[in-house]
Amino acid sequence: MSQTRARDEASPVIDRILRVLLPIALLTLGLVLWEIVVRVGDVPPYVLPSPWLVFSTLISDRAVLLPSLLVTLTTTLEGFLLAAVGGIGLAVLFNQSRVVEYSLYPYAVILQVTPIVAIAPLLLVYLPQQIAVLACAWIVAFFPVLANTTLGLRSVDYNLVDLFRLYGATHRQVLWELKLPAALPQILGGLRIAGGLSLIGAVVAEIAAGSAGAGSGLAYRIVESGYRLNIPRMFAALLLLSIAGIVIFYALSLLSYLMLRRWHESAIAREV
Amino acid sequence: MAVHPPNSATPVVALRGVGRTFANGVVALESLDLDVRPGEFVSLLGPSGCGKSTALRIIAGLSEPTSGMVEWPQAEAAAARSIGFVFQEPTLMPWATVAANVRLPLKLAGLEPNAQLRVDAALARVGLSAFAQSYPRELSGGMKMRTSIARALVTEPSLLLMDEPFAALDEITRFRLNNDLLGLWQALGKTVVFVTHSVFESVYLSQRIVVMTRRPGRVFTELSINATYPRDKHFRTSAEYGGYCRQVSEALAHASGATDEP
Repeated sequence: MSQTRARDEASPVIDRILRVLLPIALLTLGLVLWEIVVRVGDVPPYVLPSPWLVFSTLISDRAVLLPSLLVTLTTTLEGFLLAAVGGIGLAVLFNQSRVVEYSLYPYAVILQVTPIVAIAPLLLVYLPQQIAVLACAWIVAFFPVLANTTLGLRSVDYNLVDLFRLYGATHRQVLWELKLPAALPQILGGLRIAGGLSLIGAVVAEIAAGSAGAGSGLAYRIVESGYRLNIPRMFAALLLLSIAGIVIFYALSLLSYLMLRRWHESAIAREV
Repeated sequence: MAVHPPNSATPVVALRGVGRTFANGVVALESLDLDVRPGEFVSLLGPSGCGKSTALRIIAGLSEPTSGMVEWPQAEAAAARSIGFVFQEPTLMPWATVAANVRLPLKLAGLEPNAQLRVDAALARVGLSAFAQSYPRELSGGMKMRTSIARALVTEPSLLLMDEPFAALDEITRFRLNNDLLGLWQALGKTVVFVTHSVFESVYLSQRIVVMTRRPGRVFTELSINATYPRDKHFRTSAEYGGYCRQVSEALAHASGATDEP
């Protein structure tokens, strides 16, 4: 009882410091343990490289890894942008026309529920490799944007709709002044999911393409290093991928916070 | 127009046998007759679900009557009907500042160029000038409702329709907004149609109270409140006020009971 109270009353500054410090402490502890296990047990690097070896590989192989990172990030960003434009655009179209919604929505669902790993090889058969990889990133990422935007466009306050009607608002005004702003929290939520998914889509497609013998993205490097038993480089590439994912997630979270902080409950710190 | 008694001017809007049946078969209104005279403060009073809000929406053109008609004897073209509407909830855009919310009707009408002066004036009228750049969530319930009233006034409409605007507010805030509303009405000379289910509020505010029956809504009776304006807290505690309230309560009880029997 007294413990829960103390926790509730902990100052927000301490809370924030703990939030950053604790994961870092845990990470450090894990890395040190890992290093010790590898050194004491004399584990060969092709079984498990030490964290230090992974880090030094990251530095020494940067001429190979960084251009690959750039390739994967470019695909991810392009896929994400296409997903954002496509998802929001399609949701708006659905919202304006029931015929379009009824005709296309089932296919959007089919694209979403069919595993991308199964679609990728087929896309690689029919499309140039770069386009196929991009298509995969797009397919995985666009659905959350579409679904969230559709939900957002539908959750408009009916009284506000009446108000716009009363003042003779045009369709365009209702869309731009009312529906899209009202849907913004959901759209941003969809984009946050799409950011991570477009990276996944790009990686899956690169792996599929890699086994077909072409490609130069990070995922391809992982597959290639695996064939060559260059395990430290596999870990280094994996590290880069996960850093990229983290950066994407936090960048989109920041964007969402900046756009919503003045008005939406989700972005407002509440005084209890 | 000669049929009107000499003391009543040509109505601003007149409902003639207006009925409204919803798609699910519920009859909200049945042959409602109502004249709204220029400059008057008239309340529609009735039990919950008596269709008074539906009547207001029909006047505003947000809902179409399924029978009867709405006449605008003074305005030939539909465009000439200027209406301000205050909803039961403040109905503000949470993503926009108070000033942007009040500016909305002008923006939608493409009257942006000299909008700023009108927005400032409307905010000053409701005492919110200092909060122009605040967001709705930063305001109290009463201030949100003031913003909503400022938005309804910004187009300088001749007819102000209010749908139980103060029902969700605490009593002190409601009394204050009642007084402010009467002040605005007297200063601006608008015609006000005010929907409420509160006997006390309707007596305090109105010149005329139209008591409606339970669903399907019809006019049960009409009462004039002949107390002089300005009305203030002395009126609220006077014997005259109490007498009117008793009279209106009885009418409302009859109206509610009138269609209660199966």
